[in-house]
Amino acid sequence: MTELLAASKAISTPARSADHSEGMSYLESLPRRLVTLYLPLVIIVVVLLFPFYWMALTAIKPNEQLLHLDAFNPFWTWKPTLAHIERLLFKSQYPLWLWNTMLVAVCATFLSIVASVLAAYAIVRLRYRGAQWVGGAIFLAYLIPPSILFIPLSTVVFQYGLFDTPFALILTYPTILIPFSTWLLMGYFKTIPFELEECALIDGASRWQILTKIVLPLAIPGLISAFIFCFTLCWNEFIYALTFISSPQYKTVPVAILNAFVDGDEYAWGSLMAGALVGSLPLVVLYAFFVEHYVSAMTGAVKE
Amino acid sequence: MAALVAAIHVFVAARQGVDGRHKAGHDDQWWWSDSRAQLASLNLTTNSKETKMVDVALKPTMARAPARTVTAWDRLKVNRHWLGLWFMLPAAAFLLLFLVYPLGYGVWLSFTDTRIGRTGVYVGTENYEWLWGDATFWLVVFNTLLYTGVASVFKFAIGLYLAILLNQSLPFKALIRALVLIPFIVPTVLSAIAFWWLYDAQFSIISWSLRHLGLIDHNINFLGDVWNARWSAIFANIWRGVPFVAITLLAGLQTVSPSLYEAATIDGATPWQMFRHITYPLLTPIIAVVMTFSVLFTFTDFQLIWVLTRGGPVNATHLMATLSYQRAIIGGSLGEGAAISTAMIPFLLVAILMSWFGLQRRKWQQGESND
Repeated sequence: MTELLAASKAISTPARSADHSEGMSYLESLPRRLVTLYLPLVIIVVVLLFPFYWMALTAIKPNEQLLHLDAFNPFWTWKPTLAHIERLLFKSQYPLWLWNTMLVAVCATFLSIVASVLAAYAIVRLRYRGAQWVGGAIFLAYLIPPSILFIPLSTVVFQYGLFDTPFALILTYPTILIPFSTWLLMGYFKTIPFELEECALIDGASRWQILTKIVLPLAIPGLISAFIFCFTLCWNEFIYALTFISSPQYKTVPVAILNAFVDGDEYAWGSLMAGALVGSLPLVVLYAFFVEHYVSAMTGAVKE
Repeated sequence: MAALVAAIHVFVAARQGVDGRHKAGHDDQWWWSDSRAQLASLNLTTNSKETKMVDVALKPTMARAPARTVTAWDRLKVNRHWLGLWFMLPAAAFLLLFLVYPLGYGVWLSFTDTRIGRTGVYVGTENYEWLWGDATFWLVVFNTLLYTGVASVFKFAIGLYLAILLNQSLPFKALIRALVLIPFIVPTVLSAIAFWWLYDAQFSIISWSLRHLGLIDHNINFLGDVWNARWSAIFANIWRGVPFVAITLLAGLQTVSPSLYEAATIDGATPWQMFRHITYPLLTPIIAVVMTFSVLFTFTDFQLIWVLTRGGPVNATHLMATLSYQRAIIGGSLGEGAAISTAMIPFLLVAILMSWFGLQRRKWQQGESND
């Protein structure tokens, strides 16, 4: 049994390559490293993060400071205000949009993960006739972008009677998510030792029992990776939500926020930025807890 | 563990003797012959004490179960192909109903004159002929190629550079890596809104800073001028794409053995030679795949343009995806929009083939079989 535990442990901790970072870096002097390494790195990181700083700062700046750049130092504020966030949360439908996005993302992700677990297990372990081809086809499906599908899909969604309901999104998002998560989980399932399944088969376990009692508990890191990545993709999806939803009460955050807070030529930049910030927050928090899983999902999908 | 497995084998063997249930119809269960071979060897080594214990354990079973014949249903229940069918069903249903069918339907739509709310009739290649003579369409193709080309080159260059920087020994490496990925996590539309504000004609902080540095004397009209708008959109796209390229290439870099660099250093190789003759060749397969993804998703980009410019000024930043949205959903001519979408497919196929050969080459390099 100890071996079983060890095996499960080896699977559940993402394989880290040994840290060779020390390497030959002693050959370089500090000033040299300063110029060739730290300086470019700092510049790139600052450029990558500046829009978020700006977003956050705009969200808490009073309006007069936003529009009079020369009267105040634009890079900082000493008089933060919650007015923009208050307008966002209590004087607009933003909480509803947030809820819609969450609902759609959770449902679509859940459906996709269930479908992908079954499909990935069948492709990797049942190896039915043609499984290899199906695996290849799923990879190809991953490469079909939503922007060439949305026109026919809008007609199809209309035919199925789903137009302008949350189901239009819950049922179409899995087409983006299933190929990705199946591909990812196939890679994970391949790392689970065959012998465990042999034992279970000999013990008379059915395939379903093997999947739920042996494979899934061992593939939890893979499931978390797939879940987080799918959730992020759902949150990020725009073109389907823009095309299939027309009533404001069903809109998702990315779509709704574009037209909210714009009154003719008047842009409520503070609330707009607050909306963008609050909309990104759930993902960033989730990401902060599962960075490793996220990275392994991203690289796993490419490397497999 | 070994003892556990042995016990299981013996247990099954005993059961076999009793009801013979597992004997028939399992030719396609590859593990079967294997376990029998193991069993034969186990019988020799199993000591008598264990056998007795097994006998005891089996007594109730012997008393209970009368032999049952194997029905066709029993066989079907363990047939891999049959099970595989059911396991594939949910995923296949989604993908067939909402991916394959619409894909085919889209190609069909492009040969019709369908408008929103009116079913069209087959018009042959009329939509394509109309697009062929449409100057806007060709401008959009140019925009798309420019956008994809420039953005991909920069994403690759900066991404690879960043990956190499992050691969060196650094304090707080994990934290820096986590920070670098944030632009990729945040939904594109929301970060595009931040860029929209950064690019504002009047209140842009970029213009303000440059003015105060004395580099320019009036605000830059980022999104109002043809070429400014193009470069601004391309910059925002690069900004969002670099983290993905950097982090995936970093994962590739970490698999390169440091001893290769040590050997090269001893041989007197310069950093450039090390990059050119060690890093680059070993990274080629993963670069192929990453860049395919990057090209694919840049080529079909929609969100960023839609938020920043909606294709303006004077169609200067329209991409094929945004043009098809405008013609099909806003303009209502689904057929024409579908034709623009379908026209993207050949480009995508080229990207997919690149990816395919990238994967093949990687397997070939690592000596894996194609499975």
